[in-house]
Amino acid sequence: MQALFGQLLIGLINGAFYAMLSLGLAVIFGLLNIINFTHGAQYMMGAFCAWFLLNKAGVGYWWALLLAPIIVGAIGIVIERTMLARLYKLDHLYGLLLTFGLALIIQGVFRNEFGSSGLPYQIPSELTGGMNLGFMFLPIYRGWVIVASLVLCFSTWYVIERTKLGSYLRAATENPTLVQAFGVNVPRMITLTFGFGVGLAALAGVMAAPIYQVNPLMGADMIIVVFAVVVIGGMGSIMGAILTGFGLGVVEGLTKYFYPEASNTVIFVVMVIVLMFRPAGLFGRER
Amino acid sequence: MLIGTGLMTVALAVAPLVGVYPVFLMKALCFALFACAFNLLLGFGGLLSFGHAMFLGTAGYVCAHAAKVWGFSPELAIATGTAAAALLGAVVGSLAIRRQGIYFAMITLAVAQMMYFFYLQTPFTHGEDGIQAVPRGRLFGLLDLSQPLAMYYTVLTIFIAGFLLIYRIIHSPFGQVLKAIRENEPRAISLGYDADRYKLLAFVLSATLAGLAGATKAIVFQLASLTDVHWSMSGEVVLMTLLGGMGTIFGPVVGAFVIAGLENYLAGFGEWVTIITGVIFVVCVLAFRRGIVGEIAAWWARRAA
Repeated sequence: MQALFGQLLIGLINGAFYAMLSLGLAVIFGLLNIINFTHGAQYMMGAFCAWFLLNKAGVGYWWALLLAPIIVGAIGIVIERTMLARLYKLDHLYGLLLTFGLALIIQGVFRNEFGSSGLPYQIPSELTGGMNLGFMFLPIYRGWVIVASLVLCFSTWYVIERTKLGSYLRAATENPTLVQAFGVNVPRMITLTFGFGVGLAALAGVMAAPIYQVNPLMGADMIIVVFAVVVIGGMGSIMGAILTGFGLGVVEGLTKYFYPEASNTVIFVVMVIVLMFRPAGLFGRER
Repeated sequence: MLIGTGLMTVALAVAPLVGVYPVFLMKALCFALFACAFNLLLGFGGLLSFGHAMFLGTAGYVCAHAAKVWGFSPELAIATGTAAAALLGAVVGSLAIRRQGIYFAMITLAVAQMMYFFYLQTPFTHGEDGIQAVPRGRLFGLLDLSQPLAMYYTVLTIFIAGFLLIYRIIHSPFGQVLKAIRENEPRAISLGYDADRYKLLAFVLSATLAGLAGATKAIVFQLASLTDVHWSMSGEVVLMTLLGGMGTIFGPVVGAFVIAGLENYLAGFGEWVTIITGVIFVVCVLAFRRGIVGEIAAWWARRAA
C-alpha cells in the first residue's frame, strides 16, 4: 500500500510538471501557431537560473520563483522578436525547426559548461521535513509543488477564460486581423504571450530543481513526453491541457507500481490509443 | 538530371581509388539514402516526420540480428531489415496521417521515442551495448564483403538503386498526385484522389527506403546500436535535408555529405557538434530556406533569365 501511494505521489508530481509545461505550449500554440521545441530547454534554464541565483548571488528559492521566470521569459521575448517574428508568414513547420535548433544550441552550451551530471539544489528550509498522513509519508516540498502548480494552472485558466485580457487573447487566436482592426496591438500581445509561456516553463524548472537534480538534459526527454501529452489532450483547450497533464502523470505512476517495465512507454501507448479513437485528442477540436 | 546522376555515380565510383577514406564514404552514402528517403516524404509529400530514426534503427537491429543470430546471408539480412521497417512504416503511418502539420511531427516523434524505450529494454538488442560484431558475410555467396572495396561498391550500388527509385517515384503519376496533395489537399480530394491513401503509401515508401539505409549501415559498421533510434538521429536527417535543399533531388545527398564530413571533422570536440548542428538549423531556417542545392538552382535560373 505504501509503495502504491508513493508511486501515486510521484505520478502527481510528474503530472504537475506535465500540466505546467503543456499549458505553456498550448498558450503559445494558440496565438503563435508555433510548437515551441525550446520549451524543455527553457524549463532547464529555469532550474539553472535558480541554481545560479543561489550559488552566485545568494538569492534564495522564493525570489528565484519570481526572478527566474522573468529572466528566462525576457530571453524568450528576445528570441521571439529577433527570430520567430520573421517566420509567421511561412509554414508552421519552420517555427518547429527553428526552435529545435535553438534547443540543441542551449543544451549543448549547458552541457559544455556543466557536463551531464546533475547539480544539487537544496529544498528551502521552510519546506523541509514531512507529514505523516496515516496511510503514507508526505514530504512537505512535494505537497507544496502539487498545490502550487494547481493554483498556477487554474489561475492561468481563469485569466484566459474569464477575464477581459483573456478574451482579447482568445479573440486574437481566432482572428488576429480583426482584433488588430479593433485597436489591439496584436504583435505586442504575441510577444508577451510567448514570454509568458516561456516564463511558465522556467517557473516549472525552478520548482523541479529541488526534486530532480539540475541537469542540462532534464528538459530534453521531458519535452517529448509533453508533446505526447499535448497530442492526447488536444491543444484546443486550456483546461484540457491541465487535466491531461495531471491525469497522465497519475497513469504513469500507477504503471510504475503495477507493471514497471512499461512505465517509460505508457504515455505513448495512451497516445496511440487516443489517436485511433479520437484523432483530435480528448479535448481538442479538428481545425 | 541524367547528367547529374551520371557525374555523381562516376565521382563516387572513383572516390575510394583516389584516396578518399571508404568507411567515411560508406557512412555518408547510408546517410544520403536515409536523407533522400526522408525528403520523399517532406519535400514531395509535405509531411515532416520527426521520428524517422525509428525506421533506420529498426531495420538496423533486425538486419544485424538476422545476420548474426539467424546466420542470414547479407542480402537476405538487408531485405529482412528493410521489410521490418516497411511493416513499422505501415503501422505508424496509418496512425500519424490522422493528423496534419505540427501534430504529425509530434506524433512521429512520440512514437519514435516509444520505440527507443522498447529497444532499450528488449533483450535481443543488448541495450546500451547494441548488437556488435555483425558478420558481413558473402554477398549472394560469392562476393566477400570483408574486403573494403567490395563492401564499398555494394553500398554504392544500393544507394544508386535507391536514389533512382526515388527519382522514378517522384516523377511518376503517383508523385505528381502527392505534390498536388501537398500544395492543396482539399482540392486534390475534390478531384477524386483519396489523399490519405497517397500519404500512407508515401510514408511506407519513405520508411522502407530509410530502412534499406539502416540495414545497409548495420552490415557496413557491423553494429546496430541505440544511436540510430535516438531522436537526435531523427533531427539529423531533418537537418541534412534542410541544409541540402528540401524538395530537390540532389539536396539530401549534398546535405548528408556535408553533415557527415562535419561530424568526422568535429568528432574530437564533444558537445560542439550539438551546438554547431543547432546553429546550422537556425541559420538555414532564418536565411537559407532553399538549402544549398535550392540556392544554386535559383541562382542558375536567375542567370538564365
